[in-house]
Amino acid sequence: MIIAERKPVEEIKGFIRDKKRALLIGCRGCVTVCNAGGVKEVEILASLLRLDAKKDDVDLTVDELTLERQCDPEYIEELASLTGGKYDAILSMACSIGPQFIARRYPGEQVYPVLNTCFLGGAMAHGIWAEHCQACGNCVIHLFGGLCPIARCAKSLLNGPCGGSAGGKCEVSDQIDCVWHLIVAKHMEAGALDRLLEVDLLKDWRTSRDGGPRKITREELVKND
Amino acid sequence: MTRPLRSGSRLEKVLSAGHFAVTGELGPPRHARAEDVREKVHHLLGNVDSVNITDNQTAVVRMASMAASVLAQKEGLEANMQMVCRDRNRIAMQSDILGAAALGIKNLLILSGDHQCFGDHPEAKNVYDLDSVNLIRVLKLMRDEGRLLSGHELPPDGRPALFIGAAYNPFADPEDYRVIRAAKKVKAGADFMQSQCVYDMPRFRKFMERAVDMGLTEECYFMAGVTPLKSLGMAKYMKNKVPGITMPDSYIDRLKGVPKEKQPDEGVNIACEQIQEFKEMKGLAGVHLMLVEWEHMVPRIVKQAGLVPRPRI
Repeated sequence: MIIAERKPVEEIKGFIRDKKRALLIGCRGCVTVCNAGGVKEVEILASLLRLDAKKDDVDLTVDELTLERQCDPEYIEELASLTGGKYDAILSMACSIGPQFIARRYPGEQVYPVLNTCFLGGAMAHGIWAEHCQACGNCVIHLFGGLCPIARCAKSLLNGPCGGSAGGKCEVSDQIDCVWHLIVAKHMEAGALDRLLEVDLLKDWRTSRDGGPRKITREELVKND
Repeated sequence: MTRPLRSGSRLEKVLSAGHFAVTGELGPPRHARAEDVREKVHHLLGNVDSVNITDNQTAVVRMASMAASVLAQKEGLEANMQMVCRDRNRIAMQSDILGAAALGIKNLLILSGDHQCFGDHPEAKNVYDLDSVNLIRVLKLMRDEGRLLSGHELPPDGRPALFIGAAYNPFADPEDYRVIRAAKKVKAGADFMQSQCVYDMPRFRKFMERAVDMGLTEECYFMAGVTPLKSLGMAKYMKNKVPGITMPDSYIDRLKGVPKEKQPDEGVNIACEQIQEFKEMKGLAGVHLMLVEWEHMVPRIVKQAGLVPRPRI
């Protein structure tokens, strides 16, 4: 899923410094699962903004709403009755796709991103998420023991580890496991170290972001729609 | 072990003739003053066969490796231009390879490069389009098959005749994998390889035995990295703080046993003893002296270690 985290409150307060009515919109998709922008987080942030406004003697109304998804026009449509001058700030608490979809559908609205969209990852433990995919568009994890060197190596090496790997950790931080250390260990356990002698093919980055913004069209679905 | 000459570089000729080769290291300055390169070159001239010119090492912006290499060569010292994968994509790499060869550079040493978080621009975007093993392969393709990665053909007299260098580290984890990783670089096309600085002689010896057994030293010239210990403090720092370096207690004890002002001498003595061992080690073709910001000590070390005069090629 997409892992996001809330921006610092001061930055969010900066968005609404001169505003009187703000609508804070959560999303029940990924950001609910990673506890960044679901019903609960919307409620907490709205209360915080209201309290701060009160403390600073500022006239501010913050309304709350959480949509099923903000990456789907169908749900963005639900905002139609709430736009057109009712709010002077729409704060989207989804990944950055949410505020983009809202801003596109309602061009007259002032839309702000409340979350920083961070990476594609999974939960390692309660409250801990880690990046596992870079959406390079051509999955090759089967060549690396089910581990992704593109996303999980700081240098995206296809033939690692680099000289900076030490004690199983990445040179960038001892908080990061060296994925190449894990890949090698896995091959050693399987008695398949020789497999790593093969030089892995050059990556074709066209399927990644380097090919420009990507789009998938599934003709059969388009026709049925 | 005579092999057909790939580049005609001095380093390659020295190695090919069976001499025990000596390379040095030079870090370009953090400014545009050419004189600083020339000054460092003069400590090395006549004392080494060629010199590595680092490529923005530790991710700190410095004079371009290619430019400093040309400056060194103008002074008569052959360069091993280094190229890291951090800052260039495959377009820039191939372009720089063609340019370097056109400027008379004969040796190119390929590295992954330190992550930019260590340098003076931690905010920078890194590239890593190709990794070091891939880049070795690309350079070999350009030189031996006369093609760019795109398939574009190079004219026979327009191929980059570069002696391909790489790095190996026998001391990183896991130990059993280290020789496989070196083998991968040999397979990709490395002609010579220089190691991380060696202090743990037994482990290095074991690595070399495995490299010899695998036949790697028949295909590639292996050189041992030497960095003399300047002081007890440096030895302790290397032992405790530098990842991937194992420092035997015997060296620490030796440095402890002499007064502080004599420690550089003892460090040089240790390095020279290592070099003697390296000279006799099966499969080892030379030493790589890494005396960063201690270049003026190079003449003394090569003299004490009996590495001079360098062969006339």
